[in-house]
Amino acid sequence: MKIAVLVKEVPDSYGERRLSLTTGLADRSASDPVLDEITSRAVEAAVSYAESSEDVEVALVTMGPESAEAMLRKTLAMGADSAHHVIDPELAGSDMTLSAEVLAAVLQRIECDLIIAGDVSSDGSGGVIPTMIAERMGIAHATSLDTLEITESTVTGQRATYGGTVTVQAQLPAVVSLTERHPGPRFPGFKGIMAAKKKPLETYALADLGIDPAADVPRSIMLAVSESPPRSAGEKIVDEGDAGTKLADYLIEKKLV
Amino acid sequence: MTEQNILAFLPVLPSGELVGSAAELLGAAALIGTPVGVLVTAPGKAQRAAESAGHYGATAVFVVEDDTVSSTLTAPAADALVTAGRAVGAEAVLIPDDVDGRDIAARLSVRTQSAIATDVVGVHRDDEGVVAHHSVYGSMFTTESAPTHGSLIITLREGSVENRAPGVDPKIRRLDLGELPSQSAAIIEFSPSAEASTRPDLRGADTVVAGGRGLGSVEGFALAEELADALGAGLGASRAAVDAGYAPNSLQVGQTGVTVSPELYIALGISGAVQHQAGMQTAKTVIAINKDPEAPIFDIADLGIVGDVFEVVPQLIETLKAKSS
Repeated sequence: MKIAVLVKEVPDSYGERRLSLTTGLADRSASDPVLDEITSRAVEAAVSYAESSEDVEVALVTMGPESAEAMLRKTLAMGADSAHHVIDPELAGSDMTLSAEVLAAVLQRIECDLIIAGDVSSDGSGGVIPTMIAERMGIAHATSLDTLEITESTVTGQRATYGGTVTVQAQLPAVVSLTERHPGPRFPGFKGIMAAKKKPLETYALADLGIDPAADVPRSIMLAVSESPPRSAGEKIVDEGDAGTKLADYLIEKKLV
Repeated sequence: MTEQNILAFLPVLPSGELVGSAAELLGAAALIGTPVGVLVTAPGKAQRAAESAGHYGATAVFVVEDDTVSSTLTAPAADALVTAGRAVGAEAVLIPDDVDGRDIAARLSVRTQSAIATDVVGVHRDDEGVVAHHSVYGSMFTTESAPTHGSLIITLREGSVENRAPGVDPKIRRLDLGELPSQSAAIIEFSPSAEASTRPDLRGADTVVAGGRGLGSVEGFALAEELADALGAGLGASRAAVDAGYAPNSLQVGQTGVTVSPELYIALGISGAVQHQAGMQTAKTVIAINKDPEAPIFDIADLGIVGDVFEVVPQLIETLKAKSS
């Protein structure tokens, strides 16, 4: 079985993140790029399944700027077998329609049985790319799974729905995405880091995938970007035995209760 | 000017009731055109939901009642929206930004070759059509987007649009599903949530009380519940409190979890790391109580109290009770 894991480089959400106010694009100099935490959980799920089964191969797939290569090497050290990197200046600021088209095209080439992704990225917070890929590839999706069971022909898992939880099952090939309920990533050992340096890492440009970013299809475009005024600190008091009463008065005076 | 029809996908509970986000979706639709509801249910469950949709402003409601709704993931809803969208020439489709909604929007966007805008917090119309508003990087930036052409598929963040549409008597139109794609995941089991909470839903609540690691234990977290109930507030938790097992995942406020913008946000024993702030910093008033005077939450609190939550909160509850009686 071949599993592809969608990984993404994002600005570190533990640091300051900025949009450029002239282009509306992420300001990559404002923060360190890191592997999106939710996608590291997807890698862990794939690698731990590969360890427990025979003949499972794990391929990492990403679309991103040059800096993503370092992220891919680090992630290969967790135990994935190969990496595939779509890199093209025309992809800067791509909308989700183009991103899904590109990722579906590279996944078609890899010919995988199962695609695992994180449920929602920490930067774009879209959460639709995995299912858009499934629709493009004509395969099933089972997204936002809190649990995941993989067999040779199916994936099964639980996810939230209106008024409860459902157990869903898809025949392979399929796309799944995982929630934060899944275990975080392992720390790669020295052996893993050394091995990662020699693992295959293939790069693709849009032309290699036969994709024209200027094709006349509907796109989402950004019209405006602005920075919200920062929140400032108000009054700070130290409790001297009456802070609960003072807080009650504050809430009543401001008509908040 | 021709009529601008805006579809709103309205989720229905297995009981046949509309999910709470319906009023907001139709209210948002009314800001940019004529609201038309679409709902899919198991057979015999649609009538009451369709009438409620009219109450919330749907001038027409497309209804699918089909067995596959409870056995097939996403495909029935996506198919219904494709058909309804064609029937009325929808200019935009509003779908809740949640687990089911994102899948439906994703399939619809690719199938109809339409642009998609996700996690949208507001909508308006300009000379060229529908514009979607986004709140980016934990509300640090605001952006607006629009489709180059064609209709726009929108997933709407719950609790972000205040407009409500006046009630009408809706035209109910029944639809039959087309043939669904065979490559769909099956729903093999449904387990209803434990008894519904009487607390307001976190996403739409005017007041939110959230507890953090500083509450120390599951028993300690009960203090946040007690204050929430005393104030009629929604209950939230920091990621640290969820990770420590004090509160269920569904209550998590922050970068990963729910984003809220209530009138009043009270943080109990929450240090307020940037990831937590990303989920709550657009609250109108923020109150923080924490033992640690250096906690970052104080940097964004309108009123910060350095003290023991287990002393301050009971006194607060007592005082409020005394003043209201």
